[in-house]
Amino acid sequence: MSLYDPAEGRVPSGLSKILHFHWAIAVLLVAIAGVGFLMLYSVAGGSLQPWSQRQMIRFGIGFAAMLVIAMINIRFWRRLSVLAYLGALSLLVAVELMGSVGMGAQRWIDLGFFQLQPSELMKIALVMILARYYDWLDPELVSRPIWVIAPVILTLVPVVLVLVQPDLGTALLLLAGAAMVMFLAGVSLWYFAAAALAGFAVIFTVLLSHGTSWQLLRDYQFKRIETFLDPSSDPLGAGYHITQSTIAMGSGGLTGRGFMQGTQSRLNFLPEKHTDFIFTTLSEEFGFVGSLSLLGLYVLILVFCIASAISNRNRYGALLTGGIASTFFLYFAINMAMVMGLAPVVGVPLPLVSYGGSAMLVLMGAFGLVQSAHVHKPR
Amino acid sequence: MALIRDSDRQGAGIGRRAVLLFGAKLGVVGLLAWRMHQLQVEQADRYRLLADENRINIRLIPPARGLIFDRSGRPLAVNRPNYRIVLIREQAGDPERALDELGRIIEIGDAQRSRVLKEVSQKSAFVPVTVAERLDWEDFARVAANSPVLSGIIPEVGLTRFYPEGDATAHVVGYVGPVSERDLKRQATPDPLLQIPRFQIGKTGVERRLERALRGQAGISRIEVNSLGRVMRELDRNEGKAGQNVQLTLDLPLQRYALTRLAGEAGSAVVMDVRDGSILALASTPTFDPNLFVFGISTENWENLLNDPHRPLADKPVSGAYPPGSTFKMVVALAALEAGLVKPGETVWCPGYIKIGNRRFHCWKRVGHGHVDLRRSLRESCDVYYYEMAQRVGIERITAMARRLGLGSRPPLPLPAIAEGLMPTKAWKERVHGSPWLIGDSVNAGIGQGYVLASPMQLAIMTARLATGRAIVPRLVQSFDDVPVARAEPPDLGIPGEHLKYIRDGMRAAVNHRRGTAHAARIADRSLAMSGKTGTSQVRQITEVERRAGIFRNEDLPWERRDHALFVAYAPVSDPRYAVSVVIEHGGGGARAAAPVARDIMLYALHGGPAPLSAYPEKVRPEIRKRRATPETSPRPPQRDRA
Repeated sequence: MSLYDPAEGRVPSGLSKILHFHWAIAVLLVAIAGVGFLMLYSVAGGSLQPWSQRQMIRFGIGFAAMLVIAMINIRFWRRLSVLAYLGALSLLVAVELMGSVGMGAQRWIDLGFFQLQPSELMKIALVMILARYYDWLDPELVSRPIWVIAPVILTLVPVVLVLVQPDLGTALLLLAGAAMVMFLAGVSLWYFAAAALAGFAVIFTVLLSHGTSWQLLRDYQFKRIETFLDPSSDPLGAGYHITQSTIAMGSGGLTGRGFMQGTQSRLNFLPEKHTDFIFTTLSEEFGFVGSLSLLGLYVLILVFCIASAISNRNRYGALLTGGIASTFFLYFAINMAMVMGLAPVVGVPLPLVSYGGSAMLVLMGAFGLVQSAHVHKPR
Repeated sequence: MALIRDSDRQGAGIGRRAVLLFGAKLGVVGLLAWRMHQLQVEQADRYRLLADENRINIRLIPPARGLIFDRSGRPLAVNRPNYRIVLIREQAGDPERALDELGRIIEIGDAQRSRVLKEVSQKSAFVPVTVAERLDWEDFARVAANSPVLSGIIPEVGLTRFYPEGDATAHVVGYVGPVSERDLKRQATPDPLLQIPRFQIGKTGVERRLERALRGQAGISRIEVNSLGRVMRELDRNEGKAGQNVQLTLDLPLQRYALTRLAGEAGSAVVMDVRDGSILALASTPTFDPNLFVFGISTENWENLLNDPHRPLADKPVSGAYPPGSTFKMVVALAALEAGLVKPGETVWCPGYIKIGNRRFHCWKRVGHGHVDLRRSLRESCDVYYYEMAQRVGIERITAMARRLGLGSRPPLPLPAIAEGLMPTKAWKERVHGSPWLIGDSVNAGIGQGYVLASPMQLAIMTARLATGRAIVPRLVQSFDDVPVARAEPPDLGIPGEHLKYIRDGMRAAVNHRRGTAHAARIADRSLAMSGKTGTSQVRQITEVERRAGIFRNEDLPWERRDHALFVAYAPVSDPRYAVSVVIEHGGGGARAAAPVARDIMLYALHGGPAPLSAYPEKVRPEIRKRRATPETSPRPPQRDRA
């Protein structure tokens, strides 16, 4: 199979591709991961063990994977989209059938050296298949009902699988990510308005179902929602996280207490201080300036991705870049909102900063795709 | 095909939507930034106040670990206060000066001092660093009395594990130790308790396998602390749940006695109540002091334990797998009876060996037994009889019978590293060795040699099953928090009573008949008479050269090449109460080395203490009297805690 297409115009080949990498994005990724290493070092009480060093190794592997993926023509990845989606889907089914039970939810496949979360893979695979779909579909047809149904089904199947795990946070993330790709592809706004309306209706029904025989969510999920609405209702449980994390953040003030000087995050027992709640430590130690800077780094990545997407005449590459950027946005926005008490606690990590292997590797792989789309865009 | 278009030529066409979407995202980012500003700039003072002046601190209270008792409530594992001194830099100001001052009250070594200073410099100012622990009460009290002038030096009391019986129950109870990186990895969702510095979890034995029950649940204390981390007041407190107390079925005096009897050997002894499977003694020698491990063992001690050829750390009765030797003959006989391939009265001619192909298989008695029937074959342990039976019955039926008697599968005990043993089949050999099963393999298995392996625990189970005809399952835990562990009536094995009767007759004769192999180790008291079977299992192959040269006396061989000595027994014959199995590694002959030990342990169990001399055969009474006159040599009393 030849990947050459005269229509692509001039596409760099061989090692000269390196010159066309989006190095700004790569540097930003390193910077953000660096913040992560520092914070993991700090929450471990000034030690590379047990988190920081391992995170560095994973990031190193992820970065290498990104470079390798970037070197491969985006047309190859386009062809792989369907396979990637089916693969991720079958892993999701597999995890449902035999996954090991962790954190009260079946989410992992234990590969021995590494615990794979298929729902992480699905976040990217879903973007890939939708990009592939809209690349294939005539833009004139995107808003025809019959052509809207297909991507909705492609989205809902994994969403339902993740929902029964049960992992509400990831399910919503998948849904929102898919919606953003469809929006980028130009699906009529009326559909989104209708979906939003339906969404409100669902939320209303779900809340109404609490305590009845046809309760739609697990008790712990209701509890999280309740706690979100009123953190003081459960000061020892989930609400404790929110109360303590806002206190810690607030006490950081404008410039923070200084590196390794955060008293709150270490004196208090935050069980997820190195994963989902790591932003708290950063905010306490580096203050408003620090939090805003990290937010700025994230936004810069977003800006570069979107600029690359807009300038890309390859529709697949453009949609993929836009979709991955959106998923990335969802990660950090939801995590920060959650930590600051603007969203319920749903277990979404802070991308590249929170400790965790699956999310880190998948994200770096995704940025590999973004790089590939950028390198191989028709010039 | 009409739908397929070349995207590249027309451009992606997502520009407008992408800008729109980005705008929405910027809106969200703006919201996040606004919230940051609100928290960290507008209300920073309020939160700073909340954090510094009046912050609520949640501390985990480690639950008291469940205690472990023997069947009569004698403590085997308890919690003792651990008096320790910690230093908090934030409060001490200059840690060196604080240590100097402390050094005037208690002794602080140079190594200790530099370790503390290093740790203090690495950790945050408010993290307590342990200066000294396991202090005796006097030192601790002196520090506590002086604490007003010792700023930053805080006396604390924690709980630590102590094993009052020391090495007597080391293998069964196991020991606790500090949480290691590996322990954390082993669990998908580590209990937050494990993160507490100096928290201890079970590392081996029951301590490890019953960790969940023993650990309990963390309590939570909400306290208000000021900016220095000083506790202002406790808001509320949830004590958590102490771990469950575990009562084992072990009988401590019997356990100690068994260890004493095995002292000096690398051996195992299991005593089981045949009525319900309770394990009364589970002795493994040599043993070790579990208290050495509680605070992390010194390298020297560790290496001594590791390099000892008698392997003190191994829990031999459950983790050891040995060729069962002649103790396996009951299994073969039962399999033959069940298959209808032998009549109890039928005799086999034993000329001292049999020839299969061009290979000779020798009976232990070189001159042969002559005509041997089933009863005599067990009584005098004739090998040729079983060579013959094994050929008739075949390995599959032998293995099937062995499995029914509890061999070849892991007994369900709350202990780590339980040996499965090995009951071979043709398919097994094909799979593992890649070669077909040979008739010689069956013949070897007939006398419990070759591939066959069993643990002393499995042999005890087998004996209990032979004695009762029921599928007895061993139990080690009697109750959790005084709630007895439910037990089911063991089902019948489905072995015809008359078959069992022939076997029991043979076992009875092996001990009580004048010509029985274990006659010297019988119980003289008729009401407590014992049935049993000796076993001597070869570790090596006797070569034809050695046989001709006459070197097959065990005493002439180096220790590690001598035979294993085995003995299994139950008593009283009329109404069985206890099954005993004894295995002495490289101990020589089963009759000479293992059977007397088993007899003594059995008598001790039956009498609930030292038995009167009249229970012993006259010949051995002087020896017993002499042994009782000399003071006990082992097990050692527990080592006193270092101050």
